[in-house]
Amino acid sequence: MKTLLRKVLPHPILTLVLWGVWLLLNNTVGAGHIVLGLILAILIPWLTSGFWPEKVRIQSPLTLLKFLGVVLWDILVANMAVAKLILGRNKNLKPGFFYIDLDIETPLGISLLANTISLTPGTVSCDLTKDRKRLLVHALHIEDIPATIKEIKERYEAPLKEVFTAC
Amino acid sequence: MFEWVLSTLIIIGAFFTLVGSIGLYKLPDFFMRLHGPTKATTLGVGALLIASALYFSFKIDDISLHEVLITVFLFITAPVSAHLMAKAAIHIKLKQVDRTQNKMNSTTTR
Amino acid sequence: MLETALLIGFGLVSVALLLSFLRLIKGPDVPDRILALDTLYINSIALLVLLGIYFKSALYFEAALLIAVMGFVGTIGLSKYLLRGDIME
Repeated sequence: MKTLLRKVLPHPILTLVLWGVWLLLNNTVGAGHIVLGLILAILIPWLTSGFWPEKVRIQSPLTLLKFLGVVLWDILVANMAVAKLILGRNKNLKPGFFYIDLDIETPLGISLLANTISLTPGTVSCDLTKDRKRLLVHALHIEDIPATIKEIKERYEAPLKEVFTAC
Repeated sequence: MFEWVLSTLIIIGAFFTLVGSIGLYKLPDFFMRLHGPTKATTLGVGALLIASALYFSFKIDDISLHEVLITVFLFITAPVSAHLMAKAAIHIKLKQVDRTQNKMNSTTTR
Repeated sequence: MLETALLIGFGLVSVALLLSFLRLIKGPDVPDRILALDTLYINSIALLVLLGIYFKSALYFEAALLIAVMGFVGTIGLSKYLLRGDIME
């Protein structure tokens, strides 16, 4: 029974997301669109399963939700901070590059971490080394590099590592 | 009351969009310019889209949520395109402002 | 009230569009121009959303969605071109 379910639904999360996107695109919750969306949401992951070799598994959904909340809040704060920096005098800004040594190993975890870094306080992720061990980050205004690295590792990397451990 | 909320959201959104473009215009080098559009602009457009969703849900007939789709799409794509542009800029060894710490002059990563 | 806010919003976003356009013309290097184009399309999405509220029409949403998708693909294509000198792998 379980193997049959695995065969029909190779990526349950993808199915849910596709279904949601279909309903949002059509902007209705009419019965016809629910059924049509469900058919598409089952067919598309099934047909394209060859392109998705990696199985995504979420370890603790609660941590993920908490992480999302923290990130959304930080995006708001980051925008205020960046707006202030941009509108202030640009002569005083101290931009800089620095590397973060990554503890996280799964590709999905790394890309989520890079996206989070780009969206939050004054930092943009620029490059990843070939061996996926270090992430190059550019900061708009940075004074204490080790402290920033520590904050990023504690605030964003630790929860992501907990949610997406290799399986 | 409802109009006040909408108006505030619209002004905030338009303001942040403008801040992003001001950053793009006045900051001195490419890597610093990258910060304006990726952050300020995403939040600006996000606020505008929330205002639009609220307006069409409450003022016109029924619930309208498809604006959420653009918001989510922008939040996913903005960091990705910023990352690729930064990577391309490092690859072609773009000049950085003199006061940049740890300048990237050689492409060691590729 | 809403009318006034919308008009102010149009003004602010238009100035934003103008600034991005100036950067697109000025831009000393190619990545600057790509970034300016990226900002330009995001600003135009903002303008379209405002127009949608102003004219009380949901039609502008489709245009905004299309611009979002095509703009992203364009930015990625241009950056890839700079990285490899070629778009396809």
